[in-house]
Amino acid sequence: MHKRISEYFIETCIKLSGLVVIIFVVSIFLFLLKDSLSLFGIYNFRDFLFGKSWLPISEPAKFGVVPLFLGSLYVTIGAIVICVPLGVGSAMFIAEVAPAYLKHVLKSLVEILAAIPSVVLGFIGIVWMGPFLRNALNLNTGMCGLTGSLLLAFMALPTVISISEDALIGVPKTFKEAAFGLGATRWQTLWRIVLPSASSGIIAAVMLGVGRVIGETMVVMMVTGNSPVIPKSLLQPLRTMTATIAGEMGETVSGSEHYFALFAVGLILFIITFIINFIADICLRRARR
Amino acid sequence: MNAAKIREKVAFAVLGLITLLVVIPIMLTILYVVKNGAGAISWEFLTQSPRNGMKEGGIFPAIIGTIILIIGTMLCSLPLGILSAIYLVEYAKDNFFTRLIKLSVVNLSGIPSIVYGLFGFTLFVMLLRCGTSILAGSLTLAIMSLPVIITAAKEALESVPFSFREISLSLGASKWQTVRYCVLPYAIPGILTGTVLSLSRAAGETAPILFTVAAFYLPRLPRSIFDQVMALPYHLYVISTQVPNMPAKLSFATGLVLIALVFLMNLVSIILRAHYRKKKQW
Repeated sequence: MHKRISEYFIETCIKLSGLVVIIFVVSIFLFLLKDSLSLFGIYNFRDFLFGKSWLPISEPAKFGVVPLFLGSLYVTIGAIVICVPLGVGSAMFIAEVAPAYLKHVLKSLVEILAAIPSVVLGFIGIVWMGPFLRNALNLNTGMCGLTGSLLLAFMALPTVISISEDALIGVPKTFKEAAFGLGATRWQTLWRIVLPSASSGIIAAVMLGVGRVIGETMVVMMVTGNSPVIPKSLLQPLRTMTATIAGEMGETVSGSEHYFALFAVGLILFIITFIINFIADICLRRARR
Repeated sequence: MNAAKIREKVAFAVLGLITLLVVIPIMLTILYVVKNGAGAISWEFLTQSPRNGMKEGGIFPAIIGTIILIIGTMLCSLPLGILSAIYLVEYAKDNFFTRLIKLSVVNLSGIPSIVYGLFGFTLFVMLLRCGTSILAGSLTLAIMSLPVIITAAKEALESVPFSFREISLSLGASKWQTVRYCVLPYAIPGILTGTVLSLSRAAGETAPILFTVAAFYLPRLPRSIFDQVMALPYHLYVISTQVPNMPAKLSFATGLVLIALVFLMNLVSIILRAHYRKKKQW
């Protein structure tokens, strides 16, 4: 009987812990929503979503999210344009071209990159890449969107490479054998058969890379110059949504307009990454089929 | 050699070049930090507190703080992660609810780390009144590492052959006895591998601990789980952005210690994995 009770207890725990993940996602959403709604009680929703200036300490304060959103968008587009060709290209090399021993070395190096903490890359951006870009491109400051994009591209590479590589390897062998049998070269097979068949998985890799870049905080806070204005190009200082939350949260009074505004920015981030992950998940599921 | 062959040679060379473009910066990054930081690493640097506005002395409290946070995170996330994975693999039926859990795991892993910081701040620091403390920080990091641990534990449990369960059940063991004695022992190494890996990521995170636990400077080590701690990633952030005239050598050395700690944890996980593969007999 004693055994029965303890077994019942542990099985209840197991069933409850299955719920826990859902509870976390829902409660993160609800907490963000609750504080965002507090903002919209005192600040116009439209002014937040379409406002062109973010001036939290001016009088009256303005919380227009557009400059921050565009900051995130610019940096993300820059990073993805750099990251995707490099990531998918090297995934193709690792999956289809490299001999076994080299494959092993390359994969370990990519894992090493994945392990480097973002704050270390941000530090390298400050001491080396920023000054380097300033001199090379003759800019006013090296702390700009481009520095952020380059470092974020670097950071997102492991995600893009490993998921693309999985997708390429997952293409059924028979596809390749059929192509070889018809006299196609390895490159023709890779380019015209394997790559298109792996396209869902590669789209998922790109989406997850985008999610990684949009959500990254420390690197952009350290190297993009922290200037919340609408960016005209990647070569000027800007500020992303993540960096705004991280940089300003410490200065706000709990329960103030500014405090709630930062949660509203957090809510936007949450919704964006939720959608991106949802799409990536659908692509991955399609790729597995 | 025909045109197609030549095109293949060129294409593969381009792919190789792209791969070099990826790989060389990785090696240069590591070399750069090691070259500039190794000189400042000394026994004193590893065992003393910072002095003179961080510009002298060592990073001992930050190292200890990070280790405490790693342990705290593990204590909170490992049991929960294993139980959730057991539910998903052994108990869950293939229905809408289970799909919802799996989707939640995917989405939890995609939430930006700074949003975890916000959530941890409102829930643990403010609502549950933990204050900025080791407890609040560990819980925040634990929720963040949960999806990785669940995914790793799930894979480990799924890799245990189905026949193990059939035999145990056919001998009259209950569901839980089967899981406890015939499945879990064989999945533990795989679970640990994934856990160490996810903890190494948590150790390097800065954004979630910004408002939940990290302290700029503390003169003494923490005494309870309600104290703040210094942490390596936050320390590196502070000294590289907010301390004027900081000797670069010390920043590099801090970065090097952080990287070394994270790599050490990765190494442990690789060794665990290798050991596990060798012992595997099915």
